[in-house]
Amino acid sequence: MIYLDNAATTLRKPQCVTDAVVRAMNTMGNPGRGAHSNALSASRVVYDARCKIAKLFGCKRPDHVVFTSNSTEALNIALNGIFEQGDHVITTDLEHNSVLRPLYRLEKAGIISLSFVPADSRGRADQDAFLSLLRPNTRAIVCTHASNLTGNMIDIARVGKIAHDHGALFVVDASQTAGAVPIDMERMNIDILCFTGHKGLMGPQGTGGLCIREGVEIRPFKVGGSGVHSYDKEQPSPYPTRLEAGTLNSHGIAGLSAALDYLNEVGIEAIRDREAMLTRRFYEGVSKIDGVTVYGDFGSEHTAVVALNIRDEDSAIISDTLYEDYEIATRPGAHCAPRMHEALGTTEQGAVRFSFSWFNTPEEVDEAVRAVAELAE
Amino acid sequence: MRQKKLTLIVTFATTTQAMAVEKYCLENSLPGRIIPVPREITAGCGLSWKAAPGDRELLAAALEGAGLGWEEMHIIEI
Repeated sequence: MIYLDNAATTLRKPQCVTDAVVRAMNTMGNPGRGAHSNALSASRVVYDARCKIAKLFGCKRPDHVVFTSNSTEALNIALNGIFEQGDHVITTDLEHNSVLRPLYRLEKAGIISLSFVPADSRGRADQDAFLSLLRPNTRAIVCTHASNLTGNMIDIARVGKIAHDHGALFVVDASQTAGAVPIDMERMNIDILCFTGHKGLMGPQGTGGLCIREGVEIRPFKVGGSGVHSYDKEQPSPYPTRLEAGTLNSHGIAGLSAALDYLNEVGIEAIRDREAMLTRRFYEGVSKIDGVTVYGDFGSEHTAVVALNIRDEDSAIISDTLYEDYEIATRPGAHCAPRMHEALGTTEQGAVRFSFSWFNTPEEVDEAVRAVAELAE
Repeated sequence: MRQKKLTLIVTFATTTQAMAVEKYCLENSLPGRIIPVPREITAGCGLSWKAAPGDRELLAAALEGAGLGWEEMHIIEI
């Protein structure tokens, strides 16, 4: 089987990740709940992982790295914890539902008003709109680092500067780029960075988190067990405990920590170069095929994603045929990105998304190109 | 019967703070170890750093120098 659905989750993980999870399940107690060696070993692993995440993303304080079960949870914590009645928020057409739905809910509740940076028919965000949409009450710009459908990237360093020049917060959804593209919260003026552990970071599912700039206050989304100050009626206020009620997924975090070691050993630049080479190879192969429409802008910065359609064929049927006849795993349909599909004009047809990882090979890419060519004949 | 003795107890606001201190102390050969917070200090739960009373100045200076936070330092008989 050729797995080309890495934007959904990286199927193949480094062996050290699996080993770390198994070791953790056999040895680790509850992190932050007790001082015996099993509990402490869990606490140490979690703390080490915080330090590695902080270093990777340029978050100044490891205690401002909060672990969650995925980036959707991280985004819900962030977006439900920073806004006040009457705030205005700018987001984009490139967003995933993990950004859109929390914002729509806040808008429906009458808490925020919402403006969208539009995307054109090639899925490119109108960069100037980040500036023109600003209002005196704009509290935050919330945007993805890259579209999960087209792979088009947003120049977040530029957007971060616009946000900070206006005195607004900058919240970034790095689900599609964490581990695959360098991110520096300081340089990019990011206040809250939400990430998932199971995609580019190559860790286990059920891991993710948010990195918070010092001084940014987020109200807790959930409250409960903290392992400290048990007789207080309120959730303790220091990060990360403020936002981490309940037992952490320390087994998963142990795997994520091992994945971070692997990433550091290989180097994000090397990963980015390889994924770019695979993506370019696939794009150049399929874009020449008669009847194939490729979406997105391949003339600028891009992640390892190529979405396409074959004439007016149903993307679900094409994806299924790719799997049944060629054993190639892809993702059809809407990809939880409704506004992006509206911009591309693919609401009805959907699109077939091919997404590559560090572990894919040029031979696999060539086989996928041949399969698309045959289906387009 | 267990003999009680004077002990330095450093308390923390979060487990993360305790882990940061433990890591720093181990890396810099500073004295002490993590224990559960004694009930005499706070009737809750959580982790604290236990060392000899005479290590108080050394630890306070080292942690402050490293920018590491803690809640309180107590010398109690446990």
